[in-house]
Amino acid sequence: MTPPVLEVAGLTVTFPGAGGPVPVVRGVDYAVAPGEVLGIVGESGSGKSVTALAVMGLLPPRATMTGSVRLHGEELAGAPERRLTAVRGRTISMVFQDPLSALTPVYRVGDQIAEAIRAHRRIGAKEAERRAVELLDLVGIPSPRQRALAFPHEFSGGMRQRVMIAMAVANDPDVIICDEPTTALDVTVQAQVLEVLRTAQRETGAAIVMITHDLGVVAGLADRVLVMYAGRVVEAGRVDDVYHRARMPYTRGLLGSVPRLDGGRARLAPIDGTPPSPGALPPGCPFEPRCPAALPECREAEPPLVAAGGPGQAAACVRAAEPVADPVADPAEAAEAAGADPGTAAGRADGRPERAVVLRVDGLVKHHPLVRGAVLRRRVGTVRAVDGVTFDVREGETLGLVGESGCGKTTTLMQILELAAPQRGTIAVLGRDTARLRAGDRTAIRRDLQVVFQDPLAALDPRMTVHDILAEPLRAHGRPPGPRVRELLGLVGLEAEHAGRYPREFSGGQRQRIGIARALALEPRLVVLDEPVSALDVSIQAGVVNLLAELKERLGLSYLFVAHDLAVVRHIADRVAVMHLGRIAEIGQVDRVYAAPAHPYTQALLSAVPLPDPARERARRRILLEGDLPNPASPPSGCRFRTRCPRFTALGPAERDRCVREEPEVRLLGGDQGAACHYAERVDVM
Amino acid sequence: MAGFLLRRLINHVVLVAVATSLAYMLAAIAFDPRSNYQDRSPRPPEAVVDARLDELGLNDKTPLFERYLAWAGGVLRGDFGPSVTGEPVLDDLARRAGVTLRLVLTGLLAGSAAGVLAGAYAAVRQYGVFDRLTTGLSFVVLAVPVVVLANMSIIAATWLNDLAGARILLVSGEATPGLRGGFAAHLADRVQHLALPTFTLSLGLAAIYSRYQRNMMLDVLGADFVRTAMAKGLSRRAALVRHALRTALIPAATYFAFSFGALLVGATFTEKIFGWHGLGERLIDSIFTNDVHTVAAISCFAACAVLVASLAADVLHAALDPRVRVS
Repeated sequence: MTPPVLEVAGLTVTFPGAGGPVPVVRGVDYAVAPGEVLGIVGESGSGKSVTALAVMGLLPPRATMTGSVRLHGEELAGAPERRLTAVRGRTISMVFQDPLSALTPVYRVGDQIAEAIRAHRRIGAKEAERRAVELLDLVGIPSPRQRALAFPHEFSGGMRQRVMIAMAVANDPDVIICDEPTTALDVTVQAQVLEVLRTAQRETGAAIVMITHDLGVVAGLADRVLVMYAGRVVEAGRVDDVYHRARMPYTRGLLGSVPRLDGGRARLAPIDGTPPSPGALPPGCPFEPRCPAALPECREAEPPLVAAGGPGQAAACVRAAEPVADPVADPAEAAEAAGADPGTAAGRADGRPERAVVLRVDGLVKHHPLVRGAVLRRRVGTVRAVDGVTFDVREGETLGLVGESGCGKTTTLMQILELAAPQRGTIAVLGRDTARLRAGDRTAIRRDLQVVFQDPLAALDPRMTVHDILAEPLRAHGRPPGPRVRELLGLVGLEAEHAGRYPREFSGGQRQRIGIARALALEPRLVVLDEPVSALDVSIQAGVVNLLAELKERLGLSYLFVAHDLAVVRHIADRVAVMHLGRIAEIGQVDRVYAAPAHPYTQALLSAVPLPDPARERARRRILLEGDLPNPASPPSGCRFRTRCPRFTALGPAERDRCVREEPEVRLLGGDQGAACHYAERVDVM
Repeated sequence: MAGFLLRRLINHVVLVAVATSLAYMLAAIAFDPRSNYQDRSPRPPEAVVDARLDELGLNDKTPLFERYLAWAGGVLRGDFGPSVTGEPVLDDLARRAGVTLRLVLTGLLAGSAAGVLAGAYAAVRQYGVFDRLTTGLSFVVLAVPVVVLANMSIIAATWLNDLAGARILLVSGEATPGLRGGFAAHLADRVQHLALPTFTLSLGLAAIYSRYQRNMMLDVLGADFVRTAMAKGLSRRAALVRHALRTALIPAATYFAFSFGALLVGATFTEKIFGWHGLGERLIDSIFTNDVHTVAAISCFAACAVLVASLAADVLHAALDPRVRVS
């Protein structure tokens, strides 16, 4: 076996805290072979990003680090700063998470790449510039010579991340550490960036350390994977072994709690409790309080990482030696094994049950004027945020509204919540046209229409106790809070004694439960949810998704569920509407749309979502979209998707002409599925 | 960008006109030039005083608006009217503006450069000895009035001169009258005079700038792009200077332009104490002598200075920050 390029042993990182030092990384060991891709997964606070910074020697000065980091056998821990600067960016480089802030705003991107080259090589400015343009070309930036002269703010998020990758590969490094490189990006852009990373690896032959919380990304890219929990590696091994034969209950829990694009609507299996804070770890195994398979001895000592299962696999669990069932077996089979009725899906596919319509949106339009100038304000254009959207939600039904950032889904939702006359089109809530409401009617309708926001900490008043938060809507509508508050807390799985506490004393998942309880206080009929779980870790997210599904059944609610995560929508929604640039591209029953999407945009979206299943993920054919979302102030003529459409490029000139001239309307394709495409054709992309 | 600046300039010209007119009205209402003649002995007859005041355009028996129109007409032709002694206002002011500019420009450059460097270094070594020292010193400087500061520096300079046994630092005036010698001797003399007032002026500015720059720098020190620069292989010093300081300079540049405008007439105390005959000194004197036209002219100059500074701030901001450039 070739010697590893990077070897980390016994790495610990401690930060000073109010109550004494806080160990954030507690003994991490790993080795990366040349050209290998190592995935490191874990939830927030597991210490995965800090580990990466420690390897690069970029920890903030207040952190203390022990252990060993060897690059080609040379010790970097404790090495002089001069030595580290010589290595950084040349032998080992890094791609950071947030491309919006990771580039210096005042320098041209070409110059920033050239700076990375000239930091290590004695070459002239002209030559470095030329090389920078080559690198921009390598990472797929169109017309690189001109774009090298642009500033970072003139680039989209995906483009900036490409620049970051260009910078990381500029000196042909041996190791590239990627810290959540696609977390802030939309799925189609994520697919593009991952493709660029693959290209970069092919070109440089570098080993990649891929840090992410997305199990799907790791499944598609990594050779081996490490699972981190509470500052330690709790499981390591080849991707297939870890995904299919995980020995550590945490790994199994994590895999079980991910909503899956190819899964049915079976209940997700959340992990109980919340990840421990690094300052207050439980005695013994840190996962023991949340572990469904805990034994008494788990509480006594922290189990070491021992070899178990497949070759090279190791787990930190006292039960590591016990063989286990596969947590990522085909979900359809799993559902069957669990006794779920496979007929339900087929039964629903026939059509929608005839029930009262609680929300009808018809031809909704919302345009924002684009103005310039401070004294002499003038209109220079129009942002067509929502440009003719039609859908309805029936009683007891969940409609998922999905799309990438900037597609107009949140604007649509805000228009509905405003309960005012829209610029064009109509909105009818519970059969009442919002254009013809009086103030009194509006108050009455608000009782039946409630909302849950994305960020629960921002949506809950930090100066109010939970009791006051839940009692406020009741009082506002003239009802005594009385025992209702206790009832609401019980409904969302919180304790009655939580009523006296403040929002900051709760974890993210609990806060979102408070937000849901507040929305349910007045027994609404329609609840609008704006990205309710996107700020939560997967193991917590599963619990909230289950709660929402359960509440809907019990209380007969209707949901309008806005999300960018297609897997979550598949799990909770009955119908789905896919938005693109202010219009609906495809709408229909979830199982039908996901099984065989008809609009090329839906197909691209679905094919871009990575599956947390190594074999399936690698076998998939991906539809890669080119470029970014067009500017909503000047959308393309005819079909707005045609500039990025893979089907458009395959059409003949006569057929193309129709896409350029005529804007497609949503057209029914049989059953409950419709697509806004002249050449819609149902294709299985799973 | 040029179009944007032109629009700004037009807005500013309107503002200057309004500010100057208001200053004229205020001065014309509040001042009483007639009283200048009442204390003389023998007291001049009223008709003579009226005639003199009419000549100067200051007679309070003429309606205010009429006087204003006459004055404004002159201003449009580039004539700001006579001072109370009858000489054109502009002759004296042009020379004084030169004196003030020399003092303010050097003081501001020295003060802001020192302040920015001290603040940036203090931020890099946050809570270190240098940081604590500059924090303490700047609060002392900000708390002590300029009068005290100036006089203390005069005492210190005199002590230094005694110690050296030669006149190194000169404490009064802007040049030695009747000095003989070549260009070099004159230059050295000017510098010797300039040193102390510049130091006094820049000390206060440096104190403000160091506080300001320290905060700006602390904001960007933890920024992701500084980390990126280090991950590229730049040394910590290079990353801090080229990426952090460069970005943190943007707000300071705006502040620089504005304090220049404000200082033009704001350096009065420093001018008075060091015997520099600048604009600030003239403003105070003209208020005592009920000199309406000089006050209005200096107000106009100050307004122009502030607005030119604001234009300069826009240009400087755009030069430093590509994000605000208007395409």
